[in-house]
Amino acid sequence: MSTLTIDKAGPTRKVKYGSMSRDRAWALRWSYFFLILFAIFSLVPPLYMLITSLKSSAEISAATNPWWVFHPTLSNYIELLTSNQFLRFFWNSAMVAIIVVTITMLISVPAAFALARMKFWGSATLATGVFLTYLIPDSLLFLPLFKMLVLVGNWTGIQLINRWYVLLFIYPTLTVPFCTWIMIGYFASIPKELDEAAIIDGASWFQTLTRIFIPVALPGLIAATIFAFTVSWAQFLYPLVFTTSTDQLVLPVGIITTLIKGDVFNWGQIMTGALLGAAPPLIIYAFLMDYYIAGLTAGATKG
Amino acid sequence: MAEVNLRKVIKRYDEVEAVRGIDLDIADHEFVVLVGPSGCGKSTTLRMIAGLEDISGGDILIGGDVVNDVPPKDRDIAMVFQNYALYPHMTVAENMSFGLRLKRYPKAEIKSRIDEAARMLDIVELVDRKPKQLSGGQRQRVAMGRAIVRNPKVFLFDEPLSNLDAKLRVQMRIEIKKVHQKVRTTTVYVTHDQVEAMTLADRVVVMNHGRIEQIGTPTELYHHPATRFVASFIGSPAMNFIPCQLEDAAGKPQVRISDKIAFPLPAARAARYQKIPRTDKLLLGIRPEHITEASAHSEPGVESFDAVLDVTEPMGMETLIYFTLQGAQVCGRVNPNAGAQDGAPLRLAVDLNNMHLLNEVTGAVL
Repeated sequence: MSTLTIDKAGPTRKVKYGSMSRDRAWALRWSYFFLILFAIFSLVPPLYMLITSLKSSAEISAATNPWWVFHPTLSNYIELLTSNQFLRFFWNSAMVAIIVVTITMLISVPAAFALARMKFWGSATLATGVFLTYLIPDSLLFLPLFKMLVLVGNWTGIQLINRWYVLLFIYPTLTVPFCTWIMIGYFASIPKELDEAAIIDGASWFQTLTRIFIPVALPGLIAATIFAFTVSWAQFLYPLVFTTSTDQLVLPVGIITTLIKGDVFNWGQIMTGALLGAAPPLIIYAFLMDYYIAGLTAGATKG
Repeated sequence: MAEVNLRKVIKRYDEVEAVRGIDLDIADHEFVVLVGPSGCGKSTTLRMIAGLEDISGGDILIGGDVVNDVPPKDRDIAMVFQNYALYPHMTVAENMSFGLRLKRYPKAEIKSRIDEAARMLDIVELVDRKPKQLSGGQRQRVAMGRAIVRNPKVFLFDEPLSNLDAKLRVQMRIEIKKVHQKVRTTTVYVTHDQVEAMTLADRVVVMNHGRIEQIGTPTELYHHPATRFVASFIGSPAMNFIPCQLEDAAGKPQVRISDKIAFPLPAARAARYQKIPRTDKLLLGIRPEHITEASAHSEPGVESFDAVLDVTEPMGMETLIYFTLQGAQVCGRVNPNAGAQDGAPLRLAVDLNNMHLLNEVTGAVL
């Protein structure tokens, strides 16, 4: 599009646009330089994991070139994928992530709508408060949370500690504030006239939310979903603290606690487990990113 | 369709009074335009009629019923917003039918209403498009279509043409007028553009500082403004205000502008202004079209004088001239062949049959 404009411009203007495009070319060169640098920086560790996961324990401990696989083997993958324990971790992680995402969305979307649109007493303070809770690190929260759950167990007799589903109560303390914050931003960017039009058209608050706000803010909703899923999937400290029995563990903790036996590191399987664990978020990113970008540009072009 | 009545309506934001007790009766089928500068309370008034703003005092009646505490959806009104406020994820047809679908109208009924409105607004071929695929004018048509299909008691327009370019604005103005002629729904229309107000309205309500300055038909406001604000707000270029005093010369009243210039009043005006104390500080209000080049033969009430022009603006069909009288910049409209040039003197004529006298202190038209 811009090149077309340059072609059409007169000779005197061409100089001006020419210098602009030269600036642009340099900006592009620098962007490529740093992007490539960053890509190498972040892609080398997974590559190393992949290489290691294809090696036998003997080859890993042998003093050969660590960046090359001389005798590729899938034994690590086969062993993990046929181990009930690993599949159990995977299952626990999946359950936790899916349910936490659902709970998070059910709470934070209506909360964000209320905070962004229904001006009630203290709504602005509350919105800031929601975000501030997110700033408290989990390393500070896990002890009080643990004590609280022990107390709940003592009072009600409901034992939550060392059950995988305890994480369903814990993770939303991380995900709900942040997702609410993201959604407040998205909802606030929707013009006020849109909900006024809906209200005049006869929509209730709930209908305005479900039929106007959620579809319009879908990109934001997806961003929040991705965030909530990533947090639940990758969280390490909380499951380490709240679950101990091997059948209650989620993937990140499970890999570390079962594949490191004393001072023996089963590197091949650790790498394989980590790679397999990284697969679901990758797949979800790939799928939702397409959707996310489609949502951003829908209807932007004529056709 | 219904009449709309405002009784002593007040809107207060904390300490600020945005609307200060206005009374307004809008008849059934009437097209009323609220006009005024920004911050005059016109949009607030409209939003109070819509129910989007609570009222701090007074009563609003639609169709004879007090609707003060009735939510917008039960007021049976439709509103067209300045930025169209179309639902971006819905097609044109879905946008137009949203209100009807919420009220669970039968599908056939919805379809026939959409078809009718689309035909009326000439957007039949657009019904399957999304708002993003439409131009500004098309979007505004859809926004109007969304209002029409609801068949409400009252249409509310909140500066609907402000986002369009000048040419499209003129075109859409005519469209709105045509639609109103067809559907005859009571309409309240808010704008800051006096041309829109004059061209569209059955009656214009001029607002300023949260109060109504004057209500009247466009011609009434133009020819008989009640205050200096209305006189200067309606009409473009605006009315001239020249400091002057009334005096009697040989028993006949005349307006004295300066030592050299004084105009004897026409008989009708002389009678009307008889009782004004001669010591009052006054303003002579005269519209630019009543200051023209002097013609060879004199007419009753038309007085000529000499002026040195500051600036001229050739418009094609006429030339606008600007000169200074008693410190006031005065605009006149002369024939393009009258020989008006920047800095040059010109003999001009002022038509005092169309003059106004204003009290300089109170701003009231006498």
